[in-house]
Parts: sequence; structure tokens; C-alpha cells
Amino acid sequence: MSTLTSSRPTHVARTAGAAAPRPFWNPYLAGILLGLVLLATYVITGRGFGATAGFAAVATWIAGTVSPSHIQASIVHAKYWNEGAPLLNWTLFLLLGALIGAAISGWQGRRFSFTIERGPHISDGQRLALAFVGGFIAACGAKLAKGCTSGQALTGSSILNAGSLVFLLAVFVAGFGLAYFVRKEWL
Amino acid sequence: MLPLTSSMEFSLAAELAIAVVLGIGFGFALERAGFGSARKLTAVFYLYDMAVVKVMFSGVVTTMIGLFALSAIGLLDLTQLYIEQTNLVAQIVGGLLFGTGFLIGGYCPGTSMAAIATGRKDGLVFALGMLSGVYAYAEFTPQLDDWYKAAALGELTLPSLTGIGMGWWTLVFMAILLGGAWGMARLEHRFSSLRPQTGQ
Repeated sequence: MSTLTSSRPTHVARTAGAAAPRPFWNPYLAGILLGLVLLATYVITGRGFGATAGFAAVATWIAGTVSPSHIQASIVHAKYWNEGAPLLNWTLFLLLGALIGAAISGWQGRRFSFTIERGPHISDGQRLALAFVGGFIAACGAKLAKGCTSGQALTGSSILNAGSLVFLLAVFVAGFGLAYFVRKEWL
Repeated sequence: MLPLTSSMEFSLAAELAIAVVLGIGFGFALERAGFGSARKLTAVFYLYDMAVVKVMFSGVVTTMIGLFALSAIGLLDLTQLYIEQTNLVAQIVGGLLFGTGFLIGGYCPGTSMAAIATGRKDGLVFALGMLSGVYAYAEFTPQLDDWYKAAALGELTLPSLTGIGMGWWTLVFMAILLGGAWGMARLEHRFSSLRPQTGQ
């Protein structure tokens, strides 16, 4: 990692001075930290991470706010209803913590900025539309597969869950298979 | 004996406090890795920056080593850990859908938190798309949950399927990680021309 830091350009980019974002960590080091947090989660709670369930809890809270009687009509809403307190959901609080942890890291690394991440060949509006559509599709996939990158790919794979490893492979098959067709969004 | 929840009861407030503390570590690690950036995340599919695979794989192997070591010395009871049932159709179709959404949307549910926390507007919009998606699932296709259970094959792990113990599988995954690290460095070099000239 010392090479990573010392190889940073010392000329033009440095004129931005103190405002320049700090480099990311070595990915293997970040992965080890992520793995240790996941290990701690397993050892304390007996379950690993999740993320999608936090979104599901918010969706059920919205549904209950609009029409409480409506909750019992869907077994999925009923599952997250939590006797009228859907927001007191473990995974939702994990996500809240993740927001705080990422904010601390981003602030310390000077990486906070109000931007839209996209390649140079599409507009901001197009990118935001694709972000919404992508989020919608990812949610359907995560609900069907009972987990996302957190709940299946990380948590399940680390305990060698066969279904999780299949899920992980399928995610990458789709990503690599479609990458060419959406290259304008990113490259 | 671990996990802690197998031998002690936490109050709801304590459970949620634990969730926040673990979440802080989760979000910190994701943002440190660069996963608040959709371009960094999707770069894996264009082979010029393999950070997504590096972080995920080293994270999985770290946890695997820890789980195996703690159970080998008798501190952790692996049978007390939650294992999601395998439903191959759900995991294949769901995984393909999820990968599609990840590539098009630029994030996954967890990393969208890191994106929102560092000001990425597309991260916020992705999260709203996620919320709409889980809402739609609960409204229109909740019966898929029943189908998942009915068609599930049970709790399947590589050790239970093959009869080869977790320790050996941990060694296999460590070997794949080492070989993969070498291969990924070569890939990144080969496709470095795709790397954006600005930003990290």
C-alpha cells in the first residue's frame, strides 16, 4: 500500500491541494475489514448481513401508513409488519449504521460530493432514469432469490451455502453478459 | 459458546444498537473500498478495475477462515448459524435479475447506502427504485414466497453436498483467491485503456 500512496501524481493533480480526495484503500485490505465485520455479525447474532430486508421494512411501513387493513392481504407485508412497528427492523438499523459508517469514511477521505456517477456519453437525466430502473430490477431479483450481494453473495458464500454460490455466479453471468450493451452508460 | 444469541437474550433496544454498530463497520469498509461510486462498482464488468471481486472474495475468505477456526477450537457452534434454504430456480433467475439491476443501476442495496452517504444523487435514486421494487413484489407477487418454500431443496452447503469438510473448502477458496489475485492483476493491465482519465 505504500506504493499505492507514493505513486500518486505529484504535479497537476496536487495543485487542488487539501480538497483532493484521498485514495481508496487497497481492495484486499478493505475486503479483510469487511470480512471481520461479517464474522463479528455471525458470532454475535448467528446470522450474517442483509440489506434488502431493510428496504422491505420501509415498504411495509409505507403500505401500513396508507392502509393498515391492507397489510394482511400480502404475506410479504405481514412478515415485515412486526406488530405495527415495521421500522424497528434489525436490517434497517444495520443500513442506518452503514450510512453513518460510510459518511465517516467519506468525510475523512474527502470524498463527499454532490454528483451523479456516469460515463461521459449519457446525460444526467438518462443516468438517473437508469439508476431507478436498475434499482427496481435488482429489488425483484433480490426478493426472488432471498438475498442480495449482502445476504446471499457475502453472507451465504462465506458459510459455503450452495444456493448463495449459484446466486453469485448468476449475478456475474448477467453483468458480464450485458456489459457490452450498456457500455455507453459507464465508459 | 458462540453465537452469543444461542446462549443469551438481548432486548430489542440492545439488538438494534448492535445492528447500528455493525452497520457502521459495514458502511465504513464499503466506502473505504470505493463502493460509494457506481463507476468503480461497474468497472468490474469492463475488467479494468476488479475491486468488486477482490473485496468480496477476500471478505468471504476472511469470514470463512474465522468461522472455521472458531468452530475448530470449539468456540462456535456452526449448526446454530442461519442458513438460507437453496432454491436453484430462484437463485439462478433472481441472480440474473439482480446482476442486470446492478449493472444498469450501478449499485447494490448495501453500496447504495455508501453512495447516499457521500452525496451521490444516482445512489439515492437507485435506493428509491429498490424501494419501489420491494413494494411491487409485496403487492403483486407475494405468493412467490410460498413457492420458494415449497420448491426449496433444504439447507445445502458444499460440505453437506460433497462430504468434504469446511477446512478443506476454506483451503480451496484461499487457493482460488491467490490465483485470482494474480489473474485479476493481469486483466486490469490488459484492459487499462478503458479506465476513465479523471477521478479515481
